[in-house]
Amino acid sequence: MTGGLPLLEAIDLVKHYRVGNNLLRRLNKTVYAVDDVSFAVWPGETLGLVGESGCGKSTLGRCLVRLYPVTSGQIRFDGTDIATLRPAQLRPYRLRMQMVFQDPAASLNPRRRIGEILAEPLLVHKRCNRSEAAERVGELLHLVGLLPDSADRFPHEFSGGQRQRVGIARALALQPQLVVADEPVSALDVSVQAQIVNLFLELQERLGLTYVFIAHDLSVVRQVSTRTAVMYLGSVVEIGPTDAVLRRPAHPYTQALISAVPVPDPTRATQRARIILTGDVPSPIDPPPGCCFHPRCRYATDRCRSERPVLTPYGDGTQVACHHPLDG
Amino acid sequence: MSEEPILSVRGLKVSFRTDQGMVHAVDDISFDLDAREILCIVGESGSGKTLTILTILGLISDPNAVIEGSVRFRGRELIGLPARQLRRVRGREIAMIFQDPMTALTPVFTIGWQIAEQVREHTTLSRRAARALAVELIEAVGIPNPKGVVDRYPHELSGGMRQRAVIAMALSCNPALLLADEPTTALDVTVQAQILDLIRKLRADFGSSVILITHNMGVVAEMADRVMVMYAGRIVERGQRDSVFARPWHPYTWGLLGSIPPLEGERPHRLISIPGLPPSLLHVPAGCAFAPRCRWSRAACAERPVLAGSGGHDSACVLDPTQRRAARAAALGVLPGVA
Repeated sequence: MTGGLPLLEAIDLVKHYRVGNNLLRRLNKTVYAVDDVSFAVWPGETLGLVGESGCGKSTLGRCLVRLYPVTSGQIRFDGTDIATLRPAQLRPYRLRMQMVFQDPAASLNPRRRIGEILAEPLLVHKRCNRSEAAERVGELLHLVGLLPDSADRFPHEFSGGQRQRVGIARALALQPQLVVADEPVSALDVSVQAQIVNLFLELQERLGLTYVFIAHDLSVVRQVSTRTAVMYLGSVVEIGPTDAVLRRPAHPYTQALISAVPVPDPTRATQRARIILTGDVPSPIDPPPGCCFHPRCRYATDRCRSERPVLTPYGDGTQVACHHPLDG
Repeated sequence: MSEEPILSVRGLKVSFRTDQGMVHAVDDISFDLDAREILCIVGESGSGKTLTILTILGLISDPNAVIEGSVRFRGRELIGLPARQLRRVRGREIAMIFQDPMTALTPVFTIGWQIAEQVREHTTLSRRAARALAVELIEAVGIPNPKGVVDRYPHELSGGMRQRAVIAMALSCNPALLLADEPTTALDVTVQAQILDLIRKLRADFGSSVILITHNMGVVAEMADRVMVMYAGRIVERGQRDSVFARPWHPYTWGLLGSIPPLEGERPHRLISIPGLPPSLLHVPAGCAFAPRCRWSRAACAERPVLAGSGGHDSACVLDPTQRRAARAAALGVLPGVA
């Protein structure tokens, strides 16, 4: 891959939840939300995380910035394993990684003015005093394309797209190196979605940010990501440079996912070979043995039903977890 | 085309009395739907697309709503039809699929009970026959293990399965017209592909006409025979699918097409985004509603443009063909399929 050290590295990351409240703990079940995931993100790049609902992409995103405790594995940020740091030790790292959430209406406090929302991280981390904070808020608003008078207004006075701009401004307040964005455009109308996607690209160019961009929309991920990781049922099934992954998918799931995206071009739409997957994503409480995709896979063999494939290099800088990868 | 359209909407207006004055949520809409046709209505939130089909079904119960115009279904006027008669049309001849299958199903009854209830309401089938039909329908929409699912509650099914159950219910009386409001928006792409496939199959097997509301131009490209683009309660463009995609006429349609990141080919440096926001329905400009966001707006836009065109492809824009071609080339570059 690219030279230099990765900014963020996940090594064998696992996140399990116990569900149920049976007193006999052994009767409670475990959700394998993130199951043994490893990848690296280099400075200045964007790693897109795609997958369908329930594949663990949001959980993974939140684990990366330690919003959720991890069950096991390492998260190396700039060389240090932050997965097990105590809150006080973690604080300096919190400054350097921030998160943008899907629903800006739910992630902004409705009782506080935009100015207060944006100043809070600065004051909490003692980056500046109140008067300096006001100035910085003005800069932030300008940065994300909002008017300076927005600082005195409340979240409900803004549209969805504008609120998402506030969410982005808040994430950038502390000048982080890494921004984890969890479905930041999926709640927005198409035309507004394009504005926010453009904003993400512009900010990255201007501030040299590194993104982990989580989305279910492959075309959005393609637009923003240098590399793309495809998740299915808690595992990364394919990862590599975005163009390679999307043009020549090696994993049958990636292939099906791409073919299921409706393209806004009638001629292409009728020519394209559609692979319609049968059935649903299995439950992460009781994942199938072997390759977790085998019950829906056209190419599944006996080996897939018993042996779990691991990510292995597969040309073009991609890695794929499949016993029978497709050749482009 | 010589056949009588199954649905004919003329001058439909839906307005609401509010504290701040009248809000014209659907503003003078006319269109026809032919038998076996799939019409896609595209637009962003607040464009009036959902309200249009709710009005067709007579589902607007707000006492402050004022409905004007005419909706004729198989020659019968639906606006102003007494509730009792409307109930006989609704569910039997016109069925609806909602965006969120969880709110369309009641959580306290089993899937089978809900489908059977619908059947028994509209037919004289016995309880047992209705249940047998429910099992058949569940199987027809591709739910595995129909005999087991018939006794399940909605929360026990996945989102895709629930949407299938809603579709099964909609199909129970072989409706002549199916109204689908963003039926796949809440679903994953692989499940979306399954559901769209099912709707297409429906048209093939039962000959139903479909009005499909979506904001996804990809879904339009795959499903539509004809397209209708709505903005701020008005139709800004309509026409045959291939014609609208190959030669879109309205700047808003260009914006919608340009704001979708492509899945193949060259990645644009920046997406074409429409500046600004859709207008609040309280303050829709008197002239062209899109003018404040339009790069090509001019003095003539202060007057409301008429929906006009040729060959069944209409748009509400003052640009003349030469100006339009130049503007479109500037907005979108050369489109695939345009000579």
